[in-house]
Amino acid sequence: MMHAVTIPPFEHFYEQHRIEVHRLLRRRLGTDRADDAFQETFLRALRAYRRLEHGEHLRAWVLTIAQNVALDALRRSRPSAELVETGIEDSRPAYEDLADLTDGLPPKERAAVVLRYGYDLSYDQIASALGSTPDAARQAASTGIRRLRRSASS
Amino acid sequence: MTVSSDLDRRFREAAVALDLVDMGFDVVDTPIGQLFVAASTRGLAAISFEADPDNQLERLARIAGPAVLRSPKSVDAARRELDEYFAGRRRVFDLALDLRALPQFTVSVLHELARVPFGETTTYGALAAAVGRPRAARAVGTVMNRNRIPIVLPCHRVIGSGGDLVGYAGGLDLKITLLELEGAR
Repeated sequence: MMHAVTIPPFEHFYEQHRIEVHRLLRRRLGTDRADDAFQETFLRALRAYRRLEHGEHLRAWVLTIAQNVALDALRRSRPSAELVETGIEDSRPAYEDLADLTDGLPPKERAAVVLRYGYDLSYDQIASALGSTPDAARQAASTGIRRLRRSASS
Repeated sequence: MTVSSDLDRRFREAAVALDLVDMGFDVVDTPIGQLFVAASTRGLAAISFEADPDNQLERLARIAGPAVLRSPKSVDAARRELDEYFAGRRRVFDLALDLRALPQFTVSVLHELARVPFGETTTYGALAAAVGRPRAARAVGTVMNRNRIPIVLPCHRVIGSGGDLVGYAGGLDLKITLLELEGAR
């Protein structure tokens, strides 16, 4: 029997993840737009926080929210070609490469692919992070991968 | 690069403005040192002489839920009234209190405690009698010892029947300081 991980006070969660979230958003959106997205990310997280059933995978969870917020921001402003800040660190974590590669996927598939192959989470873990079922998470990841293959070969 | 203090402040203010915070807290400077102060939308929930928030947040989360966030705005009213109290300009606190998750006996005792006037003292036995449990002086002592909102709920005004100060969460020196501030000694 697995013990549910207690949900930490939001303050601790925020202190622990805010720098990484801000770094991710700067990379995706550029310095100018990262601040608004940062606020939006943690407000979304706070809104959902009371409904969390356990405190597992909070890092993957908040980074997924940040990816979605960034995606929304990029969609809104696609035509303008703003220079995105890059190259602060030389070695990018896997999830950040995946984040760029999976830009064109529908949000659910994208989240499943990033969490599976970027964070190496199990489908059970992905399901709980996304509020979905393991089968649906597996399905979304495999559809997403097929779609990526097609777009790579076309 | 880190998150700028301006961005941090804006996030915390937005969280409170959108009513997403179950319990807001901050560290408040006073003449007796820094106090940890926490308030929910229901009212003031905690004052602690141990100003380091880290040890308090889990406890607050158990009372109010996990959306516990440092937010100076949440404790503005308490900060203002504490300032006035320590400056000698306030004798009665007008703050709403959040006494969630406390046993009924504790709540009754704290309500009686709140009626002990500025500058006066009472005894553990007298408080016990006031809630209809005249033999429960020792239990009243325990309630005082665990008082979540000292100063505003004035457990410093409660002393032994022989006039001895007995004890105080912030230390006996602090109890004496508060009583002197109120002119009770």
